[in-house]
Amino acid sequence: MSATVTAVEDAAPPRPRPASLTDLFVSFTLLALQGFGGVLAVVQRELVEKKGWMTKEEFIEEWAVAQIMPGPNVVNLSITLGARYFGWRGAVVAVAGMLTCPLLVVLALALAYAHYADSPQVAGALRGMGAVAAGLIIATGLKLMPALKKNAMGLPLCIVLGLLTFVAIVVFRLPLLWVLGGLGGIGWAFAYRGLR
Amino acid sequence: MSITMQPADWLSLLVHFLQLSLLTVGGAITTAPDMHRFLVQEKGWLTDPQFSASIAIAQAAPGPNVLFTGLMGWNVGLNAGGLSTAFFGLLVCLGGIIVPSSVLAYATAQWSHRNRDVRAVRGFKQGMAPLVVALLVSTGLILATASGSGWEHWPAWAITAVAAILVWRTRIHLLWLLGAGAVIGALGYV
Repeated sequence: MSATVTAVEDAAPPRPRPASLTDLFVSFTLLALQGFGGVLAVVQRELVEKKGWMTKEEFIEEWAVAQIMPGPNVVNLSITLGARYFGWRGAVVAVAGMLTCPLLVVLALALAYAHYADSPQVAGALRGMGAVAAGLIIATGLKLMPALKKNAMGLPLCIVLGLLTFVAIVVFRLPLLWVLGGLGGIGWAFAYRGLR
Repeated sequence: MSITMQPADWLSLLVHFLQLSLLTVGGAITTAPDMHRFLVQEKGWLTDPQFSASIAIAQAAPGPNVLFTGLMGWNVGLNAGGLSTAFFGLLVCLGGIIVPSSVLAYATAQWSHRNRDVRAVRGFKQGMAPLVVALLVSTGLILATASGSGWEHWPAWAITAVAAILVWRTRIHLLWLLGAGAVIGALGYV
């Protein structure tokens, strides 16, 4: 399986890709260790902006699939990307990179937590980092907006669907499944038509 | 707290997390209420503070938030024995929540890559794109107002807004921003 996938990738114009399974593991480890309060913002910056392993458009598309599937979204995205380059071994290595070192950090924090749980400085620092992390995720969304210009359903429809999604989630707090099923279904139909 | 875990108990813990794995659409955190029902209320393997701390610590730490399930297993193991039992519990819960959804994600990724030129597949990915962008902005806003939406939280919102603009418009390293947020918070401004 991995051999055929590689052959297809080689036929495309040359573009950056992980050099080896080790490169994949190290890259995902470093990426995960930067991801306080969520890894997504870091994934976008590292894989799209710095390494160029995915374009903005590819990132959005794969993220859509990762979001629809059960499972942690970032883990699903790691599987997709790892599998793309090295088959099932790539998927395993990418997930291992994403989880192993952060898990050790989490355990260390859990052991330390008992001592500092009551400190107002620690609680304040966590709140401050949480506020920054929220900003990082908003910025990730803002940075991906230009990619919608190339969308098959056209920019105006993208804006309408995006605004409706925003209102459904932020204002009405509708369950994600409803929103993805309803508005996502509409988007699917329009994009399908636009791709003719 | 001290509990006794029989092999059958470990098996039922594993089976519960294996089942939850396929329900975690939108992230593992969406199944946290059910974990609470099972681990704290029904089985009594975990205390309320242990449950809350597991989530809080994983949120504050780097890496995917799903690691909170590992901490829950770790704490169940600690309650039932020593560090080696804790490590076993960690593997049971984290492995249970990740493996089924990952196998499905792998199969889907391979299928959708093989069929990437099929019109329905391309239409699906493109049709979802505006939702994905809007969901990111929405998630950030919900996180920013998670601790409350009153005006007294304006310093936190200001930090969120500044961080968002800096990341959007500059190439500043994310760790600088997180460090600055930690310092401002530790000084008591948030």
